[in-house]
Amino acid sequence: MANHNEHLETLSEIRSMMERSSRFISLSGLSGVAAGSFALLGAAMVYIYLGLQPFSNYKIFYAEALRNGKWGIDYVTFFLLDAALVFVLAVASGIYFTTRKAKRKGQKVWDQSALRMLSNLAIPLIVGGIFCLVLYRERQILLIAPATLVFYGLALVNGSKFTLNDIRYLGLCEIGLGIIGLFFPGYGLELWAIGFGLLHIAYGLVMYRKYE
Amino acid sequence: MKHLLEKLETTKLDNRIRLGIMSILMVNDWVDFGTFKEMLGLTDGNLASHMKVLESESYVEMRKLFVGRKPQTSYTATVLGRKAFNDHLAALEELLKSGS
Repeated sequence: MANHNEHLETLSEIRSMMERSSRFISLSGLSGVAAGSFALLGAAMVYIYLGLQPFSNYKIFYAEALRNGKWGIDYVTFFLLDAALVFVLAVASGIYFTTRKAKRKGQKVWDQSALRMLSNLAIPLIVGGIFCLVLYRERQILLIAPATLVFYGLALVNGSKFTLNDIRYLGLCEIGLGIIGLFFPGYGLELWAIGFGLLHIAYGLVMYRKYE
Repeated sequence: MKHLLEKLETTKLDNRIRLGIMSILMVNDWVDFGTFKEMLGLTDGNLASHMKVLESESYVEMRKLFVGRKPQTSYTATVLGRKAFNDHLAALEELLKSGS
C-alpha cells in the first residue's frame, strides 16, 4: 500500500533531519584508522629509541630513558617531539578524511554542529592537559600517560552527544584503559599504544563499514 | 483509519517542508533562517511562506538579532509547536500500525 510507504518515508526523513541538524555526522572512520596508525608508529619510535621491547619491566624503561641520549637528543625532547608529530599527523589526517567524506555526501564540514562537538570535546581535553602539566611539575611522570587516556576518554564521552553515538563507547574504553594504567603505573606506553593506536584503528574500521 | 487521517490533517504539519522545519527545531534551540534554507534546500520565498504558516499557528517563535551589522532571523519551537509535532508523529505511528 502506497500510503504506508509514504508515511514510513516521512518518518525516516524526520529522523535524518533531526540527526543532520544536531549532530556532526561527517566524522570519517578512516581518520580513526590513520590516527591509530600514526600512534602505533610513534610508540614504535620510542621503543627503537630506548632499545626495548614492549611490556618489559618499567624500571628498566625509565633507567634506559635517563641513560639514553641516542641521536643527539635527550629523552624528554624526543618524547615531546614524537608525541607532537603524532598529534599533528593524526589531526591533519582527521581533517583530510572528514572533509573528503563531507564533500562526497554533499554536507558542510564546518557548521554549528561541528563547532558544538569540538567545543564539548575541548573542555575535558584542556583540563586534562593542564592536569598533566601539573603532574609533570610534581614529578609524577608515571601518572601522565594514564591521565591522558582518562581525560581523552572523558572528552570523547562528552563530545559524543554531538556526533555519531559510537564515539561514546570508544570514550568509555579509553577511560577504562586509563584507570587500569593508574593502578599499574609504568605500562603507560603500552596502554597508549593500545588506547590511541589499536582502539582507534578498530573503531575506525567499524565506523567505516557501518557508515561509509 | 479515516479518523486517523483526519487527525493528521488537523495539525498544519501534513506538509513535508513544515514537518522538516519542526524536526530541526525539536532538537535545536534557535535556528537561523539560512540554516533552514540550506538543510531543506529551499528558496527564501518558499521558506518564508512556510514559516508564516507555522508562526500563525504559534508553533514557532521568531527573533531578530544583529550579528555584526547584519540582521539575523532565528526561530524556536513553542510548547504548542512541540505538542503538535509529537501528536503528529504519534498519529503517523498509529497509522503505520493499523495499516500493516
